Amino acid sequence: MNDLIRDSLDHCVKCTICETYCPVSQVTPLFPGPKYVGPQAERYRGAGPSADSSVDYCSGCGICTQVCPQDVKIAEINSRARAKLWEKRGVPLRNQMIARPTVIGRLGTPVAPLANWALHNRAVRGLVQSLVGIHRDAPMPSFAGRTFQSRARRHHGPAGAPAVVYFHGCGTNYYEPLVGEMVVAVLEHNGFRVIVPPQDCCGLPLQSNGNFPAARTYVRRLVDRLAPHARAGLPIVSNSTSCGLMLKREAHEILGIEDADLKVVSESMYDLCEFLLRLHDRGELRTDFTSLPMTVPYHAPCQQRGHGIGKPALDLLALVPDLHMIELDVDCCGIAGTYGLKKEKYQISMAVGERLFKDITATGSDLAACDSETCRWQITHGTGVKSVHPIELLYRAYGLDRRARAGSVSLESQTARVSG
Amino acid sequence: MAAQNPSLSSLEADVLVIGGGSTGVGVARDAALRGFSTILVERRDLADGTTGRFHGLLHSGGRYAVKDPSAARECIAENRILRVTAADCVEDTGGLFVSTPWDDPEYGDQFLEGCRATGVPAEEIPVAEALRREPRVNPDIRRAFLVPDAALDPWKLVWGCARSAEEHGARILPYHRVLDLEVDGDRVVGAHVRSERSGEEFRIHATVVINAAGAWAGQIAELAHCAVNVRAGMGLMIAMNHRLVHMCVNRCKRPADGDILLPLRTACVIGTTDVFVPDPDQTEIRQDDIDLLLDEGEKLVPGFRQARALHAWAGVRPLFEDTAKVADTRDVTRSHALLDHSSREGIAGFLTITGGKTTTFRLMAEAAVDAACEQLGGPRPCTTAEVPLAGSESHTLYQISHRLAAREPVPQSEEIICECELITRSRLEDTIKQRDTTSLDDIRRLLRLAMGPCQGGFCIYRAAGILHQGGQVDHAGANQTLLDFLEERWKGVHPILHGDQLRQARLDDWIFQGILDVEHLPV
Repeated sequence: MNDLIRDSLDHCVKCTICETYCPVSQVTPLFPGPKYVGPQAERYRGAGPSADSSVDYCSGCGICTQVCPQDVKIAEINSRARAKLWEKRGVPLRNQMIARPTVIGRLGTPVAPLANWALHNRAVRGLVQSLVGIHRDAPMPSFAGRTFQSRARRHHGPAGAPAVVYFHGCGTNYYEPLVGEMVVAVLEHNGFRVIVPPQDCCGLPLQSNGNFPAARTYVRRLVDRLAPHARAGLPIVSNSTSCGLMLKREAHEILGIEDADLKVVSESMYDLCEFLLRLHDRGELRTDFTSLPMTVPYHAPCQQRGHGIGKPALDLLALVPDLHMIELDVDCCGIAGTYGLKKEKYQISMAVGERLFKDITATGSDLAACDSETCRWQITHGTGVKSVHPIELLYRAYGLDRRARAGSVSLESQTARVSG
Repeated sequence: MAAQNPSLSSLEADVLVIGGGSTGVGVARDAALRGFSTILVERRDLADGTTGRFHGLLHSGGRYAVKDPSAARECIAENRILRVTAADCVEDTGGLFVSTPWDDPEYGDQFLEGCRATGVPAEEIPVAEALRREPRVNPDIRRAFLVPDAALDPWKLVWGCARSAEEHGARILPYHRVLDLEVDGDRVVGAHVRSERSGEEFRIHATVVINAAGAWAGQIAELAHCAVNVRAGMGLMIAMNHRLVHMCVNRCKRPADGDILLPLRTACVIGTTDVFVPDPDQTEIRQDDIDLLLDEGEKLVPGFRQARALHAWAGVRPLFEDTAKVADTRDVTRSHALLDHSSREGIAGFLTITGGKTTTFRLMAEAAVDAACEQLGGPRPCTTAEVPLAGSESHTLYQISHRLAAREPVPQSEEIICECELITRSRLEDTIKQRDTTSLDDIRRLLRLAMGPCQGGFCIYRAAGILHQGGQVDHAGANQTLLDFLEERWKGVHPILHGDQLRQARLDDWIFQGILDVEHLPV
C-alpha cells in the first residue's frame, strides 16, 4: 500500500520552519509543535496505540503543511495520528456531538427560538460547559429557523441558462441561509441557473475530531449526491472554504478514500470566489458594480491556503468602485472549525486569534470580511465587529440588495447572530 | 614489567573476562551472580564491536529451523528467557516469514516442519491477513508464517548486564586493552592490560581467564599460544528512516543476503550480507552490497528504494570452525563454541567462548561459567535465566512509544537536545555524568544520540557544548570529540547518500561548514 502521507515524513530535514509558523504552539505549552507531533513523533508510532495525547492540541489549521519547503504532509500526519488516538480510546461524546452539524441543525431548526435562547443564556451555557465540555463563551451561531434547503426548493431560477451546482454546506443551511440566497442571486445575475441538490454534512468535523469511519460515510453520501452533476460536466461551487477543501483534497488525502465518484467531484469543485474570479479572467463576469464607499478588513482563512488559489476574494472586490479592502496578514483566527468550542481549547483558540482581533479593531471598521463561516463567527466573537462573506459585498455592489423582494436588507442582518 | 600506578599495579579476581560484547558482559554478570570476583576488560567501549553492530533481531529460531536445528532450539529457548529477564531490551514485534515471488513456496513446508521439529512456534496465516498486518509488504507474496521473532536493543542489553554485574561486585573496565596474557608454565594466570584513556598499564591476576573476544578471540588466544580458528563474517546493514514494517519480516527461504527487514527502535533495518574478511577491524562498505540490500528490500517492500536510508554499517560475525575451511560463511553453524584450552592445548585457567549469536549470549555465558566453575572449586548454580537485568525488574517489554509517552505529561517543559531521538537535556546530562566519558560516540550508544534522520545535524554540537559545560572536556576536547563523531557518522552516511538523505546532508553540511566552520576548530 502506498502511504504517501506517512512516507512524506522522510522529506523532513528538521528545518523548523513549520514550528515558527504554528499559531498554536506559540500560545500554549500543551501543544509541542508540528515538527514534534508530525514527522518526529510519527517515527514513534507503531502498530499499537500511540502514547501522545498532545497531538489532539493540533487545531488542524494546516499552516504547517503549507509552509513546509520539503513537502511534508505535517497536518495530515497529525490528523491521522489523532484519529488513531481516538480509535483506541473512543471519540468522546462532546466531540461526537459537535462533529455532526446536520444532527444539531435538524434538532435546533424546528425549535429555533428556544434553542437560540438557550445558546445565549449564560446559565444554560454554564451547564453545557460542565456537562458536555463546550466552553460557555465559545461562539455558537444562532439557528435561522428555516433552512436554506427549504428556501431553495421554492426558488425558481432562470430556465435554459447554463447550470452550476451549489454545495452550500451546513453553516449556510442552518445558520446563514441568507448568505446562500446571495450566492444564488450573484450567480443568477451572472447568467447561471443554480442547482441545489439535497445535501448533508461533508464529514470534515468528524474527520478533525478523529472519527474517520463516520467521516467517510458522510463524504460518500455527499459525493453520491454530487457525482451525477459532476459527471455531467457541471461545476460545483461552495462558499464554505473548509467543506470545499474536504471534497477537493482532504477526503482523498487524509481519509484515504479512493473512489471515482470522489475524484470527479474533486475535479469539479470550486471555491465560490475562485469560480467567480475565473469567470472574470475569461471576461464572463458582469462588472456592473455600483460604488461601495467602505473600508473593510479582510481575513483569508487558513483552510483557503489548502486550496492553492491565492486570495480570489481580494481580486474580485478590487473590481468594486470605492471599496477599499485591507488585507490582514495574520494566519489564523484560532477557531479551526470545532477546536475553539472545546472547553479545554477555548483559551488557546482566543489566544491564537488575538493578533487578528487587534488588527481588525485597529482598522476602526465596524465590518470585516472572511470566506469561512466559523472564522467569521470567531472574528465577531473576538472583536464585536460584524463579519461577512465576500459574496455579501459583491451582492451589494451589484445592487442586488435593492432589488431583493424585502427591499432593504441591511448587511449586518445577513450573517448569523453569534452568541458568546 | 612494572606497572605505573601502584594502586592499580595488580588486581586480583576469580574470573577475568576479555571482551565487552554481549557474550563478555553476559559472562561477567553470570560469574558475579554466582559469587565470583570478576573483572571485565574491553579494548574499546562496551558493545562497540559485533553486538553493537548487529541487526537487532531476537531470533525465534525460525531462521535456522531448516538448516541448523540446534541453533533454532537454542534461539527459541533464549528468546523466551530474554522476554522476561531482559524485558526492557525487547520489543515484542512478532515475526513474519513470507514467500515472495522470488522464493519457492514449497520451502514453506520444510520451514513449518523444521519449526515443528525444533519447537519454534510457527503458524501459517492467509496472505490477506499478513498484508493487513503489514500493508507495505509485497502484495504478491504467496505464503506467510507467524513466528515469535522480536527486536532486541543491543546497547540496552549490554549495559543492563554490565550494571547488573557491577551491582554484584564485578568491575567492568571499558577502554582497557589486553597487551599480553600472563602464562605461568601450563597455566594462564592473568593479563597485562593498558588503559586506553590514561595510558596506565597494570596486571590482572585471575584464576580463570575467559576469552569472550568474539571475532577477535583468535588474536587473544594466540597470546597464550593457543589456536582458535574463528573467522570474521562481515555483514552489512542499512537503517531506514522510519518503520516500513512493524514486525520482523523475513524471506521464507534458506538464509541469504538481504532477506530480513526488521523494526529497531525508530528505524527499520535491512540486512545482511555475509563475507569472510581477513581482519575483523577492516570492514569496508562496498557500493555493490548497498545496491544488493536495497534491491532485496524492494522485493520485500515495493517502493523501498524511494524510502529514506539513514545510515549503513558493517558488523563482523564470529564464525568458529574447528576443522576444515568452509567456502560459504552461511554454512558455518550459528551455535556457539566453548573451548577449554586445558584439554585442547594443555593450558589451564583459560577458556574461549565464541561463535553463537546475541540471542544466545546468556546461554553461552552460562556454559562458559559452568566450565570455569570446574577450575574454581566446584559447581555453583546459574541464575541468569531467572534474575532480571538492571532496568528490566518490572518485566515490562519495551514499546516504541516509550519516549513519546515520557514527554507527554508536560510536553514543552524541557529542552530537547536530540529531536529525532527525543533526548532531553537532563537525560543527556545525567548520562554524561553517569558514564564519566569524554566521547560523544559513547553517549550515542547509550541514548541513540544523533541516530535519527538528521544524523547529528541539529544535536551534536548542542551535545558537545553540554559535555564541555559539565566539565568533562576542555574546549579542545569538546571540539575533538565533535570532529571524531562527525567523521565516524560520515562513514555510515556517505555510502547511502541519495534522495532525502542527500538533501539532509547538504543542510547539515551548510551548518557544519558554513556556520560552524568545523574544519578550522581549534583542537
